[in-house]
Amino acid sequence: MEEQRDTFPRLLAHHAAVRPGHPATREKDLGIWQTWTWSQVADEVRALACGLAAEGFRRGMHLAIIGDNRPRLYWSMVAAQALGGIPVPMYQDAPAADFVFVLNDAEIAYAVVEDQEQVDKMLEAMPQVPTLKHVCYDDPRGMRNYEGVTSFAHLQEKGREFDRANPGWYEAEVAKGRPTDVSVMLYTSGTTGKPKGVCLTHDAFIAAARGGCSFDRLTANDSILSYLPMAWVGDHLFSIAQWLEAGFTINCPESGDTVMTDLREIGPTYYFAPPRVFENLLTQVMIRMEDAGAIKRWLFRRFMDVARRCGAEILDGKPVGGGDRLLYALGNLLVYGPLRNVLGMSRIRVAYTAGAAIGPDLFRFYRSIGINLKQLYGQTETCAYVCLQPDGDVKLDSVGLPAPGVEIRIGEGGEVLVRGRMLLKEYYKRPDATAESIDADGYFHTGDAGFLDDAGHLKIIDRAKDVGKLGTGAMFAPNYIENKLKFFPHIKEAVAFGHGRDMVCAFVNIDAGSVGNWAERRGLAYSGYTDLAQKSEVYQLIRECVEKVNAELATEGDLAASQVHRFLILHKELDPDDDELTRTRKVRRGFVAEKYAVLIDALYGGKAVQHIETLVRFEDGRTNMVAADLKIDDAKTFPAAHGKAA
Amino acid sequence: MTATTRRAGDVILKLDNISLSFGGVKALTDISFDVREHEVRAIIGPNGAGKSSMLNVINGVYHPQAGTITFRGEVRRDMNPHRAAASGIARTFQNIALFRGMSVLDNIMTGRNLKMKAHFLEQAIWFGRARREELEHRAKVEEIIDFLEIQHIRKTPVGRLPYGLQKRVELARALAAEPSMLLLDEPMAGMNVEEKQDMCRFVLDVNEQYGTTIVLIEHDMGVVMDISDRVVVLDYGKKIGDGTPDEVRSNKTVIDAYLGVAH
Repeated sequence: MEEQRDTFPRLLAHHAAVRPGHPATREKDLGIWQTWTWSQVADEVRALACGLAAEGFRRGMHLAIIGDNRPRLYWSMVAAQALGGIPVPMYQDAPAADFVFVLNDAEIAYAVVEDQEQVDKMLEAMPQVPTLKHVCYDDPRGMRNYEGVTSFAHLQEKGREFDRANPGWYEAEVAKGRPTDVSVMLYTSGTTGKPKGVCLTHDAFIAAARGGCSFDRLTANDSILSYLPMAWVGDHLFSIAQWLEAGFTINCPESGDTVMTDLREIGPTYYFAPPRVFENLLTQVMIRMEDAGAIKRWLFRRFMDVARRCGAEILDGKPVGGGDRLLYALGNLLVYGPLRNVLGMSRIRVAYTAGAAIGPDLFRFYRSIGINLKQLYGQTETCAYVCLQPDGDVKLDSVGLPAPGVEIRIGEGGEVLVRGRMLLKEYYKRPDATAESIDADGYFHTGDAGFLDDAGHLKIIDRAKDVGKLGTGAMFAPNYIENKLKFFPHIKEAVAFGHGRDMVCAFVNIDAGSVGNWAERRGLAYSGYTDLAQKSEVYQLIRECVEKVNAELATEGDLAASQVHRFLILHKELDPDDDELTRTRKVRRGFVAEKYAVLIDALYGGKAVQHIETLVRFEDGRTNMVAADLKIDDAKTFPAAHGKAA
Repeated sequence: MTATTRRAGDVILKLDNISLSFGGVKALTDISFDVREHEVRAIIGPNGAGKSSMLNVINGVYHPQAGTITFRGEVRRDMNPHRAAASGIARTFQNIALFRGMSVLDNIMTGRNLKMKAHFLEQAIWFGRARREELEHRAKVEEIIDFLEIQHIRKTPVGRLPYGLQKRVELARALAAEPSMLLLDEPMAGMNVEEKQDMCRFVLDVNEQYGTTIVLIEHDMGVVMDISDRVVVLDYGKKIGDGTPDEVRSNKTVIDAYLGVAH
């Protein structure tokens, strides 16, 4: 019955028929995990779709979806698709003003949102978004005195009435859907310019989901925690596309703050997290180990040495000596097993990370304690599906082999080009951008610079447009340097400058948790982030990190010229609310360079101190000025050693 | 945007000519004011004005030497804390009074104490009525945990929590008694701006969602003027102002008491 499974609403009907009693969605509510089976989910989606239809939602319309990961919001996506509509999930932590552009661009008339907070944002945006008329909310708390907005329960009730009055209507709508219809529109975070709506079809997402599921042998018995922003392509791939393809169970955490507890309770078998989550977890483990008793600390150190030596090899099934195997088995009993349990990763079969480079030490740590952590590579435009690392063939510095059904070519200037069913249909209302990114041969230009190694694994160097040249003519790959810096737990964010200059300089953001703990253990008093960042002891700490990076760069041939000569520690964290980062937390390089031009001048002008005043914007839209005198420090550089080519 | 149509109802608590002294110290002198159902009523005043004493008179910790208290039509010389709690008055304290070694969940459960009917022996063997009851109480407590957004610290011992969260847990325990009137003694003292904003929102939410009458003492004038319907101003144990925030703000005596008088 393959032809019956070519759109998401049909996939839902398939699971409701094949495994009606199997858990499809769970949510922790009032302290208890609530479960909905596939047949219940199908029923909820049907009521919702009919409710939307009763309110006037029609084929081809866009449905805005805003909120944390809630079952009802996921169901709304499928409900919109069942009617031939297109869900447009948006980042829930953005202020109202940021929504206006997307709401207008997508001509949103209907929005399904989580709670009062999001309803308030919609009402605030309404005067500037003439099309927006219908707002439906999930959580009724605090909504008693609102008028002109609909509750979820009411919408479904209306839907059930409509369904009774129009029997067979829902089935007919689902039957009208074609695989070539756009199934979702995801806005790119936009490191440059305004966000663009990426239109992805049912066929593209189902191809990506099917490929991924067969690659990692995902089945209905798997279970995942859905906690990443719904507007992000990765979450859409895992929590909608693969969910509906494989028929496994998605679990929605109680709140953003309880994710770690919920992870432990659920024990997912398939897990995704961006590198910073893995990094935070490791930092927490390390902080707790520092506070542990002497025996535990000794055990941990002793067995982590064993794991480092042979853990990853054992996971990959490579030959390892009998003595090490025995030690590792003992370590598994005493350290790794309990540690996996604390992390909520006891049952994990496949874990992925992507979105940013992951530090080799970090990556190795998880693999060495027996967690099958792998990397994947993809963009919003490719349904987050281009390369996957196969089990047993994981290389630290590559993103893996081309996924089933994906063709990769290296274009001009080392740019990675990809082709396959998973590509976007178009950028919404932007034929110019569409034409620019998809060439005549049907290849999508990723904008990433990379190369395929001898074994066919793809290695990514940097964003193609970010790769520049130093004044001396040597290659300058800022991301590469920044990633090296960020691999230190004390450094949260870094921005390197050097294009067209004669040396590389950098801004550094310290990690408040890690450096704060470090300061506490040394009895170093500080009053807040800005104060901590400017302590000379902290500068000393960061300088050591920078110099280690310089020592590494010195051995990497061409990149030896990219050693960081001078750096400063920023007085505030780079923040998406101040437009310095995108919502997916990538640095907006151009914007930062412009905003902090005075600091860059100071770096290159040889100054030792620079005064700066910065406007800070809070999540509720209020602003405040922060002023500080920033120190600028020199770091030791090393002569280029031609041991190893980059 | 939030349409706050508060339905201030009839007078439910009336204090007439209350005087309270400790030996020679006159804490309260001849104070009268009333509280209407569903309103947010603030008591403000400089340090030592008698605000906490006033609250203690309302819930019966102190017994005034003169005056009467009328609560829901019943006239009394004084209250006592147990009777106050039984008739639906709950409170929080200026210095947090929680069980520091117990989890957040257990602390809030203690707020349900008066509602538990089962005998302690039944509770000890966790059988029949006791079991049913505990499940009901736990459900109610979970509702409050959800309401105050403290799910992530459910199992954390209170002693390990930062101050702002402890205050929230204390409010949760008071709410667990499902009070019709809530007395809050400086709910926002010692908090940073963000924590204060959160607390304000919760106080207003409680008032709106459950219709709970709220009497609060607060130092932060901004907070008081923002969230209360009517304000009583005390100074040296005497009432020097009473009315809406706007009226109080323009009251000459109040301004003098807060800013000092030019000599």
